[in-house]
Amino acid sequence: MRAAVIVFPGSNCDRDMQQALLGAGADVQMVWHKDANLPKGVDLVAIPGGFSFGDYLRCGAIAAQSPISKAVIEHANRGGYVLGVCNGFQILTETGLLPGALIQNAGLKFLCKTVDLIASTTNSEFTRGYELGQTLRIPIAHHEGNYRIDADGLSSLKEEDRIAFRYAQTPNGAEDDIAGVLSQNRRVLGMMPHPERAIDNNLGSSDGAAMFSGLVSSMLDA
Amino acid sequence: MKATVTVMLKTGVLDPQGEAVKSALHGLGFDGVSSVRQGKVIELDVADGTTEAEIGAMCEQLLANTVIESYSVDMS
Repeated sequence: MRAAVIVFPGSNCDRDMQQALLGAGADVQMVWHKDANLPKGVDLVAIPGGFSFGDYLRCGAIAAQSPISKAVIEHANRGGYVLGVCNGFQILTETGLLPGALIQNAGLKFLCKTVDLIASTTNSEFTRGYELGQTLRIPIAHHEGNYRIDADGLSSLKEEDRIAFRYAQTPNGAEDDIAGVLSQNRRVLGMMPHPERAIDNNLGSSDGAAMFSGLVSSMLDA
Repeated sequence: MKATVTVMLKTGVLDPQGEAVKSALHGLGFDGVSSVRQGKVIELDVADGTTEAEIGAMCEQLLANTVIESYSVDMS
C-alpha cells in the first residue's frame, strides 16, 4: 500500500503519522504542501495534525487553499482514501470533503489527554479492525475540536452510518459526542483524536494500530 | 478603496469565547450584559471599482466558513 503524508508549515504530527504507516507495512512518502501533484499510485493520503499556517483565519482554512489540497480533493473524488487527523480533520472540513466544522472547545481550554473513544461503525476500511462499540484509548490534543453540524447534516450522518467514532464522554462539547466522521463513499475519514500516537503500549496505548494495519491489509487485498 | 468584512458565528452556533467574555464582564460588575458574541473584522484594501459581489466571493471561498459563520460586507 502506498501512502502519502502531507506536510504543511506548522504540521507537527507528520512523522508520527509516517511511523504509524511504516509500522503497518505501508510504503510512505512525505509530500510538501506546495507540490501540485501526489506521487503516482498513492492509495492513501494522510493529513497530519499540527497547526498549519499557525491556525491563521481559521484552523485549516489556509491549508485548504494550498496547491496540494486541490490534488487531495481530486484524489478523494476519484475514490482515493484520505485520513485527516486533528488539524487534518479541520482541513478536510475546510475543503468540503467532510461535512460540518470544528470550533473552539466548549471549555475554551486546550485539551491534551487520553480519552475513551467508541468505535461507532465498523463499515469502513479505517474501522474494520475494531468491533462495534469497542472502547479505544486514544489521545486528543486540540483547542478546536468541538464538532458542529446542522440538524439535517447530523441526521444524514446517522442514517448513513457515517459517524466513525464517538467520545465516551465528550471533552469538547462536540455535537452528539462526535469524534470522527466518514465521507459518503466511506473512503475519507476525519477525526480529532490521534490514532497515530497510540500504536505502541510503551506510549500508553496501542489501540490506534488496528486502524493502520486494517488500512494496509485492505489495500493489499485490493 | 477599502472593504470591511465582518465575520460572526451564526446565530445558534455556540460561541464559547463570547460566553467567557460575558462572564468576565459580569465579574466586573456589568450585570446588564445578557449576551456577548465575538467575531472578527477583516479590512481589505482593494482596487477601485471592486464590487461587493467580488468581496462576497472572497468571503464564500475563504474569509468565512459558511457552515458556521455569517458575514457582512461594508464598502463605504
